Amino acid sequence: MTVYLDNAATTPMLPEAAAAMTAQFARVGNPSSLHASGRDARRTVEESRERIAAALGCRPGEVVFTSGGTESDNLAIKGLAWAREDASRDLVVSTAIEHHAVLDPLHWLETTGGARVYLMPVDRHGRLEIDALREVLAREPERVGLVSVMWANNEVGTVQPVADVVAMAHEHGITVHTDAVQAIGQVPVGFAGCGVDAMTVSGHKLGGPFGIGALVVRRELVPTPLLHGGGQERDIRSGTLDTPAIVGFAVACEVAVRNQRAEAERVSSLRDELVRRVLERVPDAVYNGDPVHRLPGNAHFSFPGAEGDALLMLLDAQGVECSTGSACNAGVPQASHVLLAMGASDADARSSLRFTLGHETTRADVEALVAAIGPAVERARAAGLAGSRT
Amino acid sequence: MKVLAAMSGGVDSAVAAARAAEAGHEVTGIHLALSRNPQSYRTGARGCCTIEDSNDARRAADVIGIPFYIWDLSDRFHDDVVEDFMSEYAAGRTPNPCLRCNEKIKFAAVLDRALALGFDAVATGHYAQLRTGADGLTELHRAVDAGKDQSYVLGVLTQEQLAHSVFPLGDTPKSAVRAEAARRGLQVAAKPDSHDICFISDGDTGGWLGDKLAERGLDVNRGGDIIDVDSGDVLGHHEGSWRFTVGQRKGLRIGTPAADGRPRYVLDIEPVSGTVTVGSRERLVIDGLDCIRPLWCGTAPREPLICTVQLRAHGAEHRAVLTPTDESFTVALLDGAEGVAPGQACVVYDGTRVVGSGTIASTRSS
Repeated sequence: MTVYLDNAATTPMLPEAAAAMTAQFARVGNPSSLHASGRDARRTVEESRERIAAALGCRPGEVVFTSGGTESDNLAIKGLAWAREDASRDLVVSTAIEHHAVLDPLHWLETTGGARVYLMPVDRHGRLEIDALREVLAREPERVGLVSVMWANNEVGTVQPVADVVAMAHEHGITVHTDAVQAIGQVPVGFAGCGVDAMTVSGHKLGGPFGIGALVVRRELVPTPLLHGGGQERDIRSGTLDTPAIVGFAVACEVAVRNQRAEAERVSSLRDELVRRVLERVPDAVYNGDPVHRLPGNAHFSFPGAEGDALLMLLDAQGVECSTGSACNAGVPQASHVLLAMGASDADARSSLRFTLGHETTRADVEALVAAIGPAVERARAAGLAGSRT
Repeated sequence: MKVLAAMSGGVDSAVAAARAAEAGHEVTGIHLALSRNPQSYRTGARGCCTIEDSNDARRAADVIGIPFYIWDLSDRFHDDVVEDFMSEYAAGRTPNPCLRCNEKIKFAAVLDRALALGFDAVATGHYAQLRTGADGLTELHRAVDAGKDQSYVLGVLTQEQLAHSVFPLGDTPKSAVRAEAARRGLQVAAKPDSHDICFISDGDTGGWLGDKLAERGLDVNRGGDIIDVDSGDVLGHHEGSWRFTVGQRKGLRIGTPAADGRPRYVLDIEPVSGTVTVGSRERLVIDGLDCIRPLWCGTAPREPLICTVQLRAHGAEHRAVLTPTDESFTVALLDGAEGVAPGQACVVYDGTRVVGSGTIASTRSS
């Protein structure tokens, strides 16, 4: 039995999405071809684009298909920095808890002289302090070209005050990007409603397929392309459109958004039970993240004295799948930059574990974790002590 | 048994893990991340510590059908192996980091953690054999393949550690292990062996040490004289005594030929003054050793012991008599040995059985 509690890493495909996608595999036609098969494919792509637009509250023409979240973030961060008309707006303001798909392009821009970067700190719950942002923007508002703040954090699930960020940035005429990969289908997300200028979306985080995503970007903005070629997507992104993936993405997006409210209620109640019972079993565990502004499916803990990777292995052996939430770069686990930014010590950051619930999670999954967590923590703590022996 | 297989990404540890699994053990593969930043330590494909190696290990685990994880031991490795390596060289000695890694990391930090996590043993791809002796203790023996035998680098393991170790390759020649890897569909079957020190990427130990010691601001003599042992003449200068090892002939860069026209060898390194003493090959011959930090695989010898000793990895065996003293032991070599560097391990054998080991503190010639 597999108890899958890692939905923030990837979600199981929604059956509707898998079916729609599978049907597409039998068909031929490049959406850019001019003949009947091509027109059919194009029609399928455009219908999908409209469904996504309807689900996300944007115009169809604002949906630029990409290969996924990382490409969309890169396109927004680098593409908008390269395309800026006012050369003096060379400062990008973001947060210390962004995904690496945002942080690394920012770092690259900074080191290659493409932009100056300022990363806002967050509070101990992982939430951007809006007053601090106000001060930073007021310092040199005419120099800021872009503000990028994620909708919700992938590790600790903290939902950010994106609407406030937008209002504040727009006062100064500053463009706003948000990485909403974790948010779609979890919390209400409306592109036009919140007023952001660019938004990252990914297929496989909302019940759709891998390898497809979108940057929703206002028509007035033309990020410089990362990929040059056929110019398929508004000349902002080149590459043959992947019709089956786009169909699967569209269906998943539609279903996820349609079910968002009911699922959020169901999943958050399971999550609350999970948290309560894990804390019963391990009373000194620390529940991380924001108690209020939080994704419904996220439960993130530190287990002092136990190492996250030892816990992960022990739970995995019991069929319980979760994540340490750390970027596993080069196979060497790093302490999470998110937890460090929230003020955790290196040791606390390394003792953490993320459980993320999704559309297939049931009460039985919670039961299985609750049954396994106590002995696993006990054992991992013993190993932690063994590891510190010299 | 629940067995934790340490998988370096090489062919030996992959086959060892496969054999452990085939023997019916419940095997979990782990790759040890020993370098905090792999790029800074090593970028080549051989040896351990690269992203490529962890990927190779992962693929091998997939093929064998066992779970696989990466354990980050980089802090411990740095503190216990790399730091020790630097300070030993700075002190004019020649350490063996592989022994140190086995003693402090693989069969200590990793084994302790494994046992605490519910494993019964750690399996590695070392070429050595374990047997149960008449006294019920676990004995460590040389591998069948004399050319690949790695009992020397395991000579630091105690009874407790040996009792929780598994060496599935000790009874097999290396060539057969490679063939078996190919038969099992392991992609690493033809991967080259690692030879040099895993954390020194280009194999230039002297250059690496120079950089690291300077970075750390260690107070080492960055230059000194090369002196002839007989005449006391200064034959040349060098840029750091850590670049030398007792027995070394190449790279001395002393222009003047010796009076007898024969090559000269490093006989002694004095790190404080930086003086490196050289002399003829005969002067390298020693017949006595003082060893510290004794570690016994089983029962510690209390009486003088007729034995053989090995004084470097893949080095020759020397007939010897070991005399234990408090916290140390001395060794009388019956035939003499040359090029014995303080800091290396003296591993003591009784036939094929490893009795134990000590670190060579000093050498004598009578």
